[in-house]
Order: sequence, then structure tokens, then C-alpha cells
Amino acid sequence: MCGIAGIIHRGKSNNVGGEMQKMLQSLKHRGPDSTGYALYGEGESNNYILRFKVGENVKEGTTAVKEDPAVYATRRKEVDKNISEIGATIHADEKITDYSFRYVISYDGDLLDLAKKIESVEETEIQSLGKSLELIKDIGDASVVADQYSLNKFPGTHGIGHTRMATESGVDIRSAHPYWAYPFSDVSVVHNGQLTNYWNNRRALEAKGMRFLSSCDSELIAVYLADKIREGMELEEAMRGSLEHLDGVFTYLVATKDKLGMAKDTMAAKPMVLYESDDLVALASEEVAIRSVMPTEIDTYDPYEGEVKVWQA
Amino acid sequence: MASIKGNKSSEMGLHEEVLTGRTQQVFFNPEESENFFYHDAYDVDFNKRTEIDASNIECLDINRKIRELMAEGYGTIVIKNPGSKHSIGVGILNKLNLIIEGSLGYFGIGSTDGPNVRISGRVGWSCAENMMAGKVVVEKNAGSCFGAAIRGGDLICKGSVGARSGIDMKGGTIIVGGDAGAFTGFMMQRGRIVILGDVGPNLGDSLYDGTIFVGGNIKSLGADAVESEMTELDVSWLKRKLKVAEIDKKVDFKKMTKIVSGKKLWNYDNLEPSERKGAI
Repeated sequence: MCGIAGIIHRGKSNNVGGEMQKMLQSLKHRGPDSTGYALYGEGESNNYILRFKVGENVKEGTTAVKEDPAVYATRRKEVDKNISEIGATIHADEKITDYSFRYVISYDGDLLDLAKKIESVEETEIQSLGKSLELIKDIGDASVVADQYSLNKFPGTHGIGHTRMATESGVDIRSAHPYWAYPFSDVSVVHNGQLTNYWNNRRALEAKGMRFLSSCDSELIAVYLADKIREGMELEEAMRGSLEHLDGVFTYLVATKDKLGMAKDTMAAKPMVLYESDDLVALASEEVAIRSVMPTEIDTYDPYEGEVKVWQA
Repeated sequence: MASIKGNKSSEMGLHEEVLTGRTQQVFFNPEESENFFYHDAYDVDFNKRTEIDASNIECLDINRKIRELMAEGYGTIVIKNPGSKHSIGVGILNKLNLIIEGSLGYFGIGSTDGPNVRISGRVGWSCAENMMAGKVVVEKNAGSCFGAAIRGGDLICKGSVGARSGIDMKGGTIIVGGDAGAFTGFMMQRGRIVILGDVGPNLGDSLYDGTIFVGGNIKSLGADAVESEMTELDVSWLKRKLKVAEIDKKVDFKKMTKIVSGKKLWNYDNLEPSERKGAI
């Protein structure tokens, strides 16, 4: 089933971490397996914020293969070495869990080269690499993940998130949403639904050099949009194209450094409720998520079939 | 078994569909009280009024509380702070004035037979699914599958509704003051849908029977949905029905579009099970 949610403040910053935690927690019943956040913070001036993991959370309920935690430290050292070798500088580093890290780095070269170099280390996956995007995902509900990664007080303009019920692939961080639109900084995607032409599209995109990390159909949307942006398309145009090229039933949210967008398939088979005002846009699979941050009476509506909308922060 | 022809409702255009196949219409005799016995149906007094503050109550407990109050004879119940919770007000099988001050989530007011419900906010997916009788008025917008599989009663949304409104509808009336999404009236089998605004693609797809009236633009018709001529009977029915629905929008009824089934897909009911098997 899965639940998705997003919020964008227009022209101001707010505690988007706390807001997203409330929205996603109220959608827990739609997806109890894992929760993910893509939060757009105030950034680190010209530096990149790198979120990556070197292993999986192997707690009860996961389908990930158990490893000796000692390998995490070894892998992290290799990542540090690779970052240094490619010419990037680490300004700050933080160990969030045994397997998950947050770095602030400066780098002037090609992001794709940097991403490839980091991910050349075994089991290492970049979750996000951006100037304002911080992508966090793990096993458990929204409160568990927010507490684990200290997201309850995260200032920013906007964010999207996902509560996952695993249907197409395993219960692990790799298959959790959101997905970063590799290799573009600050682009993330969450999705509710199923894509039925996943393999055809994946093979075509892989042939063009795009990389897939999981076998989750939702990753295809992120990679599809990344490919279109790479070809020079605007976000909204790429999203409209996705309605034609991606087959299945879906509603997805996409966020960039200063925008939040939504797209709904032409059958309108997956839910989305939307609240829009001059200061704020909030949207979610169920209105109860919007109510968790706006308990007063508000006017909401369902976007229609084939609708694409993009809002500016 | 009673005929549907020659009675008051037929004269008013409530049964104008041509029934060429076999159908089952069993009308209960009011003298036979056992036919009207419902478990969990209560005698209530509309003048006995009370409130439930739903802000810190789960939906199961809200519904349990409604039942307890009906058992005590309360006929007017106001739900305050519903907070878009799901499945509120389901399974009410008797007359009741239910007033929702706020919005409901999914599957609100489902499987009801008799209550008059007024919702001051919005409703999520599948509002009033399987309603048998009564009246439900939604002041703002509604999500998809509005009035799915209803069998009777009046279901009114003064705002706009999502996709697949009236899907699998078997009777009753759905009235929408605004727009409606794709596949409105999908596999509808009887009853009427009135949309005063625009309608999305595939209107009335695989329509078995029933009638859909549209005031605005229709993006496209679904399989076997065809346009029919508006009659004076239709206009008088619409005027009366919109008055009942308390929709004071100015409507040029004669310019509305009437959609009915082309009945090219409509052979299911004419076949014996053995013939159906052969057809497959």
C-alpha cells in the first residue's frame, strides 16, 4: 500500500523534520516496514552534504543479510580514502549509526565521478549528495527513524517522505524510499503504486549508463527523471513525460532544492489529498497526515487523473 | 414481487430504464414486520440531541459511542473534531440525524440504511459506500469512489469529487455540485448521477443501466456509454432533486447532457449460467 507525504513552506523555513515525522507517523498503517525522509535544509553554503551507508540495518524483520559489524569501520575508512583520492575534502563527519554516516565535503569535480568512487566500496550506497538535501531512511516507523537520526528538529523549507509496505522487494534500507535521482544533487522521489513496465525501462536506462541500486520499481521514477534532467529537460516537463512512459498505477512526489512536485497516473488509482495556501502546500496519501500538522479546519481536494503540479519554495 | 410500472415513482421518472432482461425486485410488505427487523437498529427520538468530541477517540470507539447513544434513544448526534479519521459513522441502520462538524477520512458513513448525515467539511475515498437509504450531504469536496455501490438514498457533494464516483452503483442518486474525475459511473447498474461541473475521461464506462446527467464538459465517454435526449421528465426530476439537494447553483437543465447505456455490453443478465459458461 505505502504512504507518501510532502510539505513545502513558501518563502520561509520551518521545522520540516518535525512536521514530516508527524505526517509519516500518521501514515504508519499504510507502510510499517520502513520510513524515509528527504529533507531540504538550510545547507552548508558551497559544500555538499553526503549521506551514505556502508551496510544494512539487520534488526528483526529485515530481509538484509547479516554481517559482522566490524566490516563497517573498514568500509568507512575506504570511503574516506576514496573521497580524498578524488580531490574532495571532508570538513565534518558524523557517525549516525554503525552503518550510516553524514559528511560535509567540498568538491569541484563531476558528481558522477565522486558518486562512483564512493560506491566502489563494497555494500556502500549514497543516500543523498546535495547542497540542501538530506535523505534518511531506515527500518521502522517514522518516530523510530526520526529519533534514531535526530530529525525531530530539522529546519528547512520542504520535505517529502514515505512509509513502506514491502511488496516488490525486500525489507531493507536499500529498497526503502525516498530515492535520490543519482547523480543529480538535491533531487529525490517517493512513490505509491506499481510500475508494470519496470524492466523494459530499466534495461533502456541502463543501456544509457544510468545506475540502479535496488530492484524496487520506485527507483525507476528517480532514475527516469534524472535521465530527462540530464538531457536538459525541466522538472515539470520530465514529470509530464513520465505519465506517458511509465505504465502502471502510481502517485509520486519529487523534490528539488527549491521545488516540490506531484504526478498522478491517468487512472487516478492511487490516492493523494492536497492542501494549498499562499504560505504552505501539504499533500499526503491520506488527509489524516495533513491534519497532523494542521489540526484546524482546512479545505483540501484530490488532484485529478494525469495531473502534474510543481510548487516553488 | 411487485411491478415497478404504474406507480408514483415511475410517473416521476424514477424508473425509466428499459429492463429487458431478468431482474430481481422484491418489495417488502409493510404488514410483514419481520422483513423490517435489523439487528443493531434503534428507535430514536430526533429531539434528543447530544455531542461526541472525537478529538482523542479512535474510530472504533467513536462508532461504539454512536451505537450506545442510539440505544439510549438519541436521534440527533453531533460529532465534533472528527480530524479526518477513517470509517466514522458506518453501519447505521436506522433513522438518525448525524452531524459531522469537520472532515472525514476514508470509508465514512459506509453501509448505512436510513440516517440523514451532514458533513461540514470534506470526505476521503469511498464515502457512503453501499448506502441503502437516507441522505448524506457533504459541504466541501470528496475523494475518489464517492458513493461506490450505493443501492439507494441521496448522496450529495456540494464541491468536487475524485475518480470513479458511483462505481458499481445499483440505485439511489449521487449529486455533485462541482467537477468529477475519470471513470465516473464505472460499471453503474442502476440509479442516477448528476454532475453540474465538468467530468474527466471515460464517463460511464461499461455502464449497464442508469442515467448520468452532466452540466459541464465531458472529456470522453467510456465503452458503451452513449448520449441520449433530455426529456421534460428529466428536467422536472432534476429541478426537484437539486432543490432537495440544497444546491442553489443556476443550471440550464435543458443544456445538460444525458448519458445512458448503449446496452451493447449488456447481455449478462439474459444468460442462464449454463449459457454463460458456453459463452466463456
